[in-house]
Amino acid sequence: MKALMAMVSVLKTPPQALRVAGWPLIGGLAGALLVTLLFASGIGAISISPMACVAILADRLGVELGVPFTEQQRAVLLTIRLPRVLLGALIGAGLALAGATMQGVFRNPLADPGLIGVSSGAALAAVLCIRANGWLLGKSGEALAAYQLPIAAFLGGSLAAYVAYRLARREGTLSVGRLLLAGIALAMLTEALRGALIFAASDDQLRSVTFWSLGSLGAASWLNLSIVAALALPAMAWLWRLARPLDALLLGEAEARHLGFDVTTITRGAMLAATLIVGSSVAFAGIVGFIGLVVPHLIRLAAGPSHRTLLPGAALLGACLAVLADLLARTVVSPAEMPLGVVTASLGAPCFLWLVLRERGFWS
Amino acid sequence: MMLEARQISVILGGRRLLDDVTLTVAAGEVTALLGPNGAGKSTLLKALAGDLKPAQGAVYLDGRPLEAWSLIERARRRAALPQDSPLAFPFTAFEVVLLGRAPHVALRETPQDIAIAWQAMQQTGVEHLALQRYPSLSGGERQRVQLARALAQIWEAPPDGAARWLLLDEPTASLDLGRQYETMAVARQLAQDGVGVVVALHDLNLAAYAADYVAVLDRGRIAAEGRPEDALTPERIRSAFGLEVAVTPHPRHGRPCVIPLPPPMPRARSRLERRLRLAYPPAP
Repeated sequence: MKALMAMVSVLKTPPQALRVAGWPLIGGLAGALLVTLLFASGIGAISISPMACVAILADRLGVELGVPFTEQQRAVLLTIRLPRVLLGALIGAGLALAGATMQGVFRNPLADPGLIGVSSGAALAAVLCIRANGWLLGKSGEALAAYQLPIAAFLGGSLAAYVAYRLARREGTLSVGRLLLAGIALAMLTEALRGALIFAASDDQLRSVTFWSLGSLGAASWLNLSIVAALALPAMAWLWRLARPLDALLLGEAEARHLGFDVTTITRGAMLAATLIVGSSVAFAGIVGFIGLVVPHLIRLAAGPSHRTLLPGAALLGACLAVLADLLARTVVSPAEMPLGVVTASLGAPCFLWLVLRERGFWS
Repeated sequence: MMLEARQISVILGGRRLLDDVTLTVAAGEVTALLGPNGAGKSTLLKALAGDLKPAQGAVYLDGRPLEAWSLIERARRRAALPQDSPLAFPFTAFEVVLLGRAPHVALRETPQDIAIAWQAMQQTGVEHLALQRYPSLSGGERQRVQLARALAQIWEAPPDGAARWLLLDEPTASLDLGRQYETMAVARQLAQDGVGVVVALHDLNLAAYAADYVAVLDRGRIAAEGRPEDALTPERIRSAFGLEVAVTPHPRHGRPCVIPLPPPMPRARSRLERRLRLAYPPAP
């Protein structure tokens, strides 16, 4: 072998072009996210120029920049715009990251972060909560009342994911195929239960349910933002470690094991992280569709399927798109607000369709 | 340094796929698993790889039960090539081969890993496909890319000097004649460097050419094993495959050469005869 190796190494050295590239893309997206955040914070009923935004933030940190701004601008930016924009970025990044992870685990580019039952379980719990509103309000204090819906949604989502996990587990190993089937069956079942509850709901309750299930960032506040961040950020940071195992998993479950990765551990970790991310974002923003499905796909088309660029790329692009979609949702029909899910789906679906039809070779 | 299956039985879905099979594979040799379809070649390979847990018996790697080794320890000394490798995501061929270095990589691949992946591709003759998307490759090209991935995985001996193992499930199934022999030459070269190669094959002549040791499986049991000269006799081949063969020494390398002797073809009818039969069908 030594002689052979010496021979081949003389023949050719690996061209540098073969190296997995993608850092320019990540850098570009990070820059785009910063610009998006800055502009989105400035646009709305009270307009704040990007420079004034920076000045207000600097002033908050005790640095004088010499750009004039009014007290009203300052209050609007710090108490309304900033938490909303940051919540949008966090949720968009989380959903896209969870979507990319699930697509890797299921080895299917059409997988959705909700596939393991999180969003459907959360939706059922939310409807249950809205239906039981009067009863719960009487029993609990006012402080808890504002948070009963997020708590119910988070618990419902986690419970559904756990049920899917238990169903897919057999003799200590997790079967991805069974997980997929269990998730689909659970989604159908919770959908039916939700339908039954909606059928018996009053008109007011129906309206709340519909608005909730279309998603909105209207509930953004510093407190909500920090709750979501506390739940989702550690999970997102942990998903980073899954990049290489997920690449290996795309080759097949047996192949990943042969390469030294424990498929059951990977799948369980990915599920736990996705549950925390999707559960917390559904709890505070309702169901925001399409970001988790489409964004990873866009990054894959641009930079290939390697999770090392896919995961950070999807997180950054998801954050950008969610902030932009929320910007549209709150400005287009101002002073009213469009549901966020309507914006993401109506922009996302044609985009997705165009890409899929263009990339025929990818699918056939 | 041995890879052993000790009296293993594998039962899947109520079917006994392997029945009390004992096989010892030595490092530095090519061992070929032969046998008709459904005889248990792939099952035995999967059991040796640790993908299937035997209902009875156990697989031992260097004297220790396979389960006692951690996945990463196994991955550093043993590579496996499955029969087919569907991969829907558009990785480049080079990225696929580089994944073979995963058990050796701490944070990200070093230039040395990249050089190894490249050399592995050169060895299986696929370096010109490096930047092609894997799903766009032909079946034979995919097989050679996957072989390069397996080679990259066990490119260097482990630091403790332990033996390396390569399990190949029909690596020549979609290859043209020349590539089949090239692939087996790669396997031979690896064995010369101390790697224990186990390969499931259909082509008896390919096995006789490349293998130091062959095991003929039949209905889940080992029907014959030994050096190709001893194990590949006309009687054994007839009883395992149900085909009459002649075995002669190969004119080039002297190992057994198997010539199939199928029953004579039915005589072709002449055109006139066919017309007559159409016009006047024989009475049933």
